[in-house]
Amino acid sequence: MNKIHVTTTVNGDPVEYLCEPQETLLDVLRNQLRLTGAKEGCGTGDCGACSVTLNGRLVCSCLVLAAEAGGQEVATVEGIADGDNLHILQKKILEHAALQCGVCTPGILVAAKALLEKHPDPTEVEARYWLAGNLCRCTGYDKIITAVMDAAAEMRGA
Amino acid sequence: MQYAAPKSVQDAVELLAGEAGVAHVLAGGTDVLVQMKMGMVEPDLLVDIKHITRLKDITAEAGGFRIGAAVSGAELGEHAGVGTLWPGVVEAVELIGSTQVQGRATMAGNLCNASPAGDSVPAMAAAGAVARIAGPDGTRDCLVADIPTAPGRTSLGNGEFITSIFLPARPENASDAYLRFIPRTEMDIAVASAAVSLEFDTEGKCSAATVILGAVGPTILNVNADCLLGTTLDDAALEALAAACSATAIPIDDKRGTAEFRKDVVGVLAKRAAKIAQTRAGVTS
Ligand SMILES: Cc1cc2nc3c(=O)[nH]c(=O)nc-3n(C[C@H](O)[C@H](O)[C@H](O)COP(=O)(O)OP(=O)(O)OC[C@H]3O[C@@H](n4cnc5c(N)ncnc54)[C@H](O)[C@@H]3O)c2cc1C
Ligand code: FES
Ligand code: FES
Repeated sequence: MNKIHVTTTVNGDPVEYLCEPQETLLDVLRNQLRLTGAKEGCGTGDCGACSVTLNGRLVCSCLVLAAEAGGQEVATVEGIADGDNLHILQKKILEHAALQCGVCTPGILVAAKALLEKHPDPTEVEARYWLAGNLCRCTGYDKIITAVMDAAAEMRGA
Repeated sequence: MQYAAPKSVQDAVELLAGEAGVAHVLAGGTDVLVQMKMGMVEPDLLVDIKHITRLKDITAEAGGFRIGAAVSGAELGEHAGVGTLWPGVVEAVELIGSTQVQGRATMAGNLCNASPAGDSVPAMAAAGAVARIAGPDGTRDCLVADIPTAPGRTSLGNGEFITSIFLPARPENASDAYLRFIPRTEMDIAVASAAVSLEFDTEGKCSAATVILGAVGPTILNVNADCLLGTTLDDAALEALAAACSATAIPIDDKRGTAEFRKDVVGVLAKRAAKIAQTRAGVTS
């Protein structure tokens, strides 16, 4: 099989890889680039655990071919913290105990960050709709939404 | 399988027409990549149309808008002009999937996937939308309503693909709306849906009505909505519309809803969508 040579940017760094045509961006992030924050919950776009942004747009990386990322800008959960300094969203998720097993958390973080970049002052309903594609099997959504709303308030104040 | 990302419509047509095996356009991939994973389709070639720059454009044309086949739902939703002219079409597109799915899904993909429950299809059809198709024999235009022919089937020929969808101009005192029924409040497939596009005269009487149903037949269904004409959408006219919708629907029975329920609820959706379209048109009864 002819592998495809892809040059792209991940979290601001130039990256190159070889992929099969049918391989997903999620596969390459996890298996080749060792960025294992994005998780494969379903592989069919339903759970959001694989959320990343592609040119700033929130997408499911399980439904993006690795080949499609060529020349684009990919951002993953690994790029959210600034070194050892956690992002406000990460701090708030911890503070509000908005995770249990943590499988959904990277996707929630990427999705919530995209929300607050677009809508710094969302209503709770807006936040719930925005995150409707991020399923959590353990925590339930109230703590997650509380953490996101609290982070939004703090980020507006900062 | 091969992946190709042509830079021009011509190159895309040649790739699609030249493939001896199964070739699929890759737009947002939110249907075709899922179907590949489930083994429902096994393409020999995927032609990614997102590198053809003009397919990413929304352009004003003849009082309406031409929407490129690679424009995502999120991009369409952010365009103020289209949402003002055809709010029902934009609300239908925005119902597709989650924020993540919106970042990728296209209207043309929703249409060409040809699911009877595709949300944007009834709304586009009610708007009189026209698909522009490129193919080995050149370019042609076709009503969106004539693209799906059966579940998973379209009228597109070998090597043909949609390059844009045109939403026409509309007169004053006119608007549209789309409603669907789903068991959840987000992220679900329509059990029944209705798109309504209405025009009113200066006295507030309905002068043109197009009503299209989704998910209650193998393709979208056109309802004869003459019962609304000359009325201000009084209760009798709306009851007649609901009855016409229920009579037109030919739904299946499945775990998501019985045929009887679908026939009933599709009439309720049409009535409510008609009232929303009337309010949007700025007409008060
Ligand atoms: C989690 C999830 C939720 C969803 N929810 C909904 C929903 O609520 N409502 C709904 O209607 N759909 C829903 N869908 C289905 C899907 O997102 C939509 O049908 C979407 O509009 C498909 O567009 P796309 O650009 O991703 O299509 P693709 O997957 O790229 O293509 C779909 C099909 O159309 C063909 N095609 C694409 N573009 C063209 C073109 N320009 N010319 C010719 N053929 C073309 C492809 O070859 C393929 O066969 C959902 C999907 C997922 C994964
Ligand atoms: S793994 Fe991508 S949405 Fe579930
Ligand atoms: S914490 Fe386990 S899935 Fe959300």
